[in-house]
Amino acid sequence: MQAAQDAPRKDGRIAHTHAGGRGRREDGGEGMGAIYVARSSEVAARMLGGEMMIMSARDSTLFSLNETASAIWQAADGRTPLSEIVERVLCAGYEVAPQEALQHAEELVRELAGRGILRISGEPIAEPAP
Amino acid sequence: MDELSSRALALGVPLSVHLDLTYRCNERCVHCYLDHEDHGEMNTAEIKGLMDQLMDAGVFFLVFSGGEIFMRRDLYELIEYARSHMFCLKLKTNAFMIGEKEADLLAGMHLDGVQVSIYSHRPEVHDAITMLPHSLERSVAGIRRLRERGIRVIIANVLMMQNLADYAGVKALAVELGAEYTIDPTITPMISGDRSPMELGIGREELQSVFRNPELVGNVGEFCAPPPAYIGDDVLDEVPCSAGHTACYVSPYGDVYPCVQFPLPTGNVRKEKFLDIWRGSAAMNEVRSIRARDLPVCSTCSHVGTCTRCPGLAFMEGNMRGPSSADCEKSFARTGVTTAGQKLRQSGGRLVQIAGIG
Repeated sequence: MQAAQDAPRKDGRIAHTHAGGRGRREDGGEGMGAIYVARSSEVAARMLGGEMMIMSARDSTLFSLNETASAIWQAADGRTPLSEIVERVLCAGYEVAPQEALQHAEELVRELAGRGILRISGEPIAEPAP
Repeated sequence: MDELSSRALALGVPLSVHLDLTYRCNERCVHCYLDHEDHGEMNTAEIKGLMDQLMDAGVFFLVFSGGEIFMRRDLYELIEYARSHMFCLKLKTNAFMIGEKEADLLAGMHLDGVQVSIYSHRPEVHDAITMLPHSLERSVAGIRRLRERGIRVIIANVLMMQNLADYAGVKALAVELGAEYTIDPTITPMISGDRSPMELGIGREELQSVFRNPELVGNVGEFCAPPPAYIGDDVLDEVPCSAGHTACYVSPYGDVYPCVQFPLPTGNVRKEKFLDIWRGSAAMNEVRSIRARDLPVCSTCSHVGTCTRCPGLAFMEGNMRGPSSADCEKSFARTGVTTAGQKLRQSGGRLVQIAGIG
């Protein structure tokens, strides 16, 4: 997993965030148990030229997600387990091994959650964003 | 943000839309360019339908303005709908009607911000401009309620002769309230074309004084630097502004214009799909086709790369490819260098076909 290339910015420029690439989990452990992800209701978002543009209400930082990260973000409905999202949107569309894809996806969603644009829970999330 | 705009420009996406929900207003500002009668504004369903279309068109930044938006009973329904469509939503209001309940409702909407017009920190000056007694007191109270709930507020200070002495006071008020501050010395003609509000605007000397105030413009030397001697092709190939390129305006009656300050009719969303107007309107495409090199006067002006020329104001002066006299004044006030538009006016218009004015 390639971490976000840029720290959160307050200057209105775009921080690019990607799913995929190479790297190690920070905790070095195996994948999490069933986790659920939901888009934050606090952000503004729109697909532009194949990339999801997301503005954080927290500090107006603008994020750009690449195609695979966009696909995960769009599928984050709070009800579908991440493993199922990965299987459906990554493994099916990008010819990537399930375990590797899940590991990358877990790191991505943690990063997005840290930036306040996604919510993570061990349980289904009751009131996901639209 | 430049990267986002460039991407939208390349893709032909209307990144920003300014939507006036109503022209009705509780204030009667002396410089206002609107007719406040309701001539049949869009209803709730029509505006929601429009927002569906705007989302599909790729609109990211949406501004709800007016008139006074709190005059609409369905305002919260519309805000909620806009946020459910994940627009980056900004409101423009006078905040007069924002009580505790209204502020509570707005706090849960995750707005990009709320812009409030404040003309003076002195009630006798502010209220004389809005023509509404106690309007400063009520607007400031509304701002306080928003700030108490962590909502970003931008105080917009339109400058006129009537309130010229008060911008430092308004800026101090903004600091006290924890609000951002922006100043605008441009008074625009009425939407009907009536230019009488322009007489309220500040004069050249006052504008020069504003532009040399470091508290307002930052680095004065940089802000007031003379225009560059050389104008490259890259400057002449630039689009004049975002109007019609990545931004447009929709009136309460569904009329689509390139910008709120550019009353060139391009279509009506009650008769056509928004995207059909955006992509197919001959008027919109004409605006879109214009580059700096296509401006017969301004392309010969040394200010062409640094001027804030507003094509809408030029249009209201009679020619969307002509100079905007208000922006010529601003360029001159900043730099002391006469613009091609000013030379043209001084000559009575006879220089229009002469190349190399500068």
